[in-house]
Amino acid sequence: MSGILVIGEVENGALSAVSGELLAAAGKLVDEGVSGGVSLALMGDDLTGITAAHAPGADRVILMSNPALKDGGTGGYDAPVLAAAALNESTSPDVILFAKTDFGAVTGPRLAFKLGVPVAQDCVDVALDSETGRVAVTRPVFGGNALAVYGFNGDGAQIATIRPGVFDPIEGEGSGTVEEFDVSAAVAAVRTTLVETVLQESEGVRLEDADVIISGGRGLGGPEPFEQLQELANILGGAVGASRAACDAGWVDHSYQIGLTGKSVNPTVYVSIGISGASQHMAGLSGARNIVAINKDGDANIFKSARFGVVGDWEKVLPAFTATVRDLAG
Amino acid sequence: MALRIAVCVKQVPDPETPASAFKVDESVNRVVPAPGIPPVVNGFDLHAVEAALRIKDAGEAEVTILAAGNDFVMDVMKKPLSMGADTLVLAEDPAFEDMDAVSTVTVLSAMIQKTGPFDLILTGRQASDWDQAHVPLGLAERLDLSSVTLARNVEPGDGSVRIERALTDGYQVVEAPTPAVVTVSNELGEARYPTLRGIMAASRKQPERLTLAELGLNAEALSPALSLRRLFIPESESQVELIEGEDEADAGRKLALRLRELNLI
Ligand SMILES: Cc1cc2nc3c(=O)[nH]c(=O)nc-3n(C[C@H](O)[C@H](O)[C@H](O)COP(=O)(O)OP(=O)(O)OC[C@H]3O[C@@H](n4cnc5c(N)ncnc54)[C@H](O)[C@@H]3O)c2cc1C
Ligand SMILES: Nc1ncnc2c1ncn2[C@@H]1O[C@H](COP(=O)(O)O)[C@@H](O)[C@H]1O
Repeated sequence: MSGILVIGEVENGALSAVSGELLAAAGKLVDEGVSGGVSLALMGDDLTGITAAHAPGADRVILMSNPALKDGGTGGYDAPVLAAAALNESTSPDVILFAKTDFGAVTGPRLAFKLGVPVAQDCVDVALDSETGRVAVTRPVFGGNALAVYGFNGDGAQIATIRPGVFDPIEGEGSGTVEEFDVSAAVAAVRTTLVETVLQESEGVRLEDADVIISGGRGLGGPEPFEQLQELANILGGAVGASRAACDAGWVDHSYQIGLTGKSVNPTVYVSIGISGASQHMAGLSGARNIVAINKDGDANIFKSARFGVVGDWEKVLPAFTATVRDLAG
Repeated sequence: MALRIAVCVKQVPDPETPASAFKVDESVNRVVPAPGIPPVVNGFDLHAVEAALRIKDAGEAEVTILAAGNDFVMDVMKKPLSMGADTLVLAEDPAFEDMDAVSTVTVLSAMIQKTGPFDLILTGRQASDWDQAHVPLGLAERLDLSSVTLARNVEPGDGSVRIERALTDGYQVVEAPTPAVVTVSNELGEARYPTLRGIMAASRKQPERLTLAELGLNAEALSPALSLRRLFIPESESQVELIEGEDEADAGRKLALRLRELNLI
């Protein structure tokens, strides 16, 4: 058994951002002494556009092309789980890393339980424990109120899913080898059927890519104020986000939700309006650099993480803020 | 024939506990229960109960609640019954305190084998204590069942179940053969409140209890696959710069100017 297997992700025929982040996490383990090299495995129906240059930090790129693996699997996630199990059997990695995305949060744990090995979900750090020679992971627990460090017991593969946006991708060009791995026999035993995927088309900037996010919570009191947030976002070329309370109330679609069970974002400026700053909301903001809070309660938790704040009623603060921003953008 | 549905629910510390009341005892790596704040049924598990009850409303179904844990508060654990579930099965043992996922899967699958068979096993998408979001996936692998996560709608059919699965940007429609394990998310919509009649009916019901031995298990079967080495509250120092003005509008204006001054907008 040796080496690190990174299960990357492909989007529109190219490596998605989390793949680079996972390679960075693997690189950290290599620096700390995990031997055996880093392999990046990719699944999809057509991977012809992918070369080793796209994968800095990978010694080997393993392509698993099969129609059943299109967009994360045509049979729910059955096919990727079966494909990953076949690859594990053939390569016997010591560590397997997934991203905690829609895909990885399911595929990683299912693979682990299939192999009968432990898995740690949603990790923000991985390290080599020099005493045991095994991996230790750090993961936020209790909604982000606490951090827990776990060590893997036993001697089987160590599987972790990594929170997106935590590791900075390695820069530069890769120079590993590229090989194909045939999974056609493995993916035959699919049980679930994916009938259709309906994607919410976001107008303008995607939350995950936005440099400025204007985000609203229960304090907005209804759906209409989100139009004012959108107006401000438009001036700044940003996107609108929301707390779960605002989404659950039906004011905006759940695709706006930021946090532990929503999206992880990494804007330069995050303006939160009428959001209390519950730890589960803040869990999506570990990559946000400047949090700006407008909240009428000076004791709200959001002010603990904010860099700038106004204690006041958004109905009075926001129009003047937006007008000034518009003038400055002039 | 009535559909047999199991719903797995977990008793957890109230996640709305204010951050100031959230304490950890680092010497034993444990969360200290906040005084005066009772535990709750994990929020997403109530959505799973709701999904089961909607199926029951639409046809014939028998809903069994399964929970494994320690120090159950009966008023809390009876909530699914007062919402309309039929039976409550509790496996309670000191050995079940803070079990890791593998052990939880071992106990829950033994409970399912003992009380089943079920056509559908519903769970929450994640428990708000350890935020693992993978016990149900383990259950499905252990029992060799199909699994689908993050349901926002669950529609049983003939020998199969059709699920609308929430994605971060939209949804998928997935069909799985039953029996299946399905995790339910808050996108399903609000869970119903117990009615007075439901509360009365629940107060008369007694939970069925299963011991470690009755489940065919011993403490050794629960040795952890992951060891908790350290549990701590990360330090954070507030560094907020509060912007003040003559009035709230003026503060808004000054906030914009300050952000521009630093080239942030
Ligand atoms: C397992 C789990 C997962 C979760 N995942 C997420 C997640 O992914 N994302 C998420 O956001 N939440 C999540 N939550 C919910 C989270 O715990 C909070 O309940 C939620 O974030 C609260 O939303 P809020 O801040 O909008 O509402 P509240 O907490 O009600 O805060 C509203 C704020 O608005 C302020 N306000 C009111 N009126 C005004 C006004 N006129 N002007 C200015 N300010 C005003 C109030 O002072 C208050 O601070 C999760 C919870 C659990 C248990
Ligand atoms: N001890 C338990 N008893 C009953 N159900 C549980 C238990 N632990 C986890 N579950 C179920 O599994 C779901 C996911 O839990 P987790 O993987 O721990 O986040 C929960 O929402 C519950 O439905």
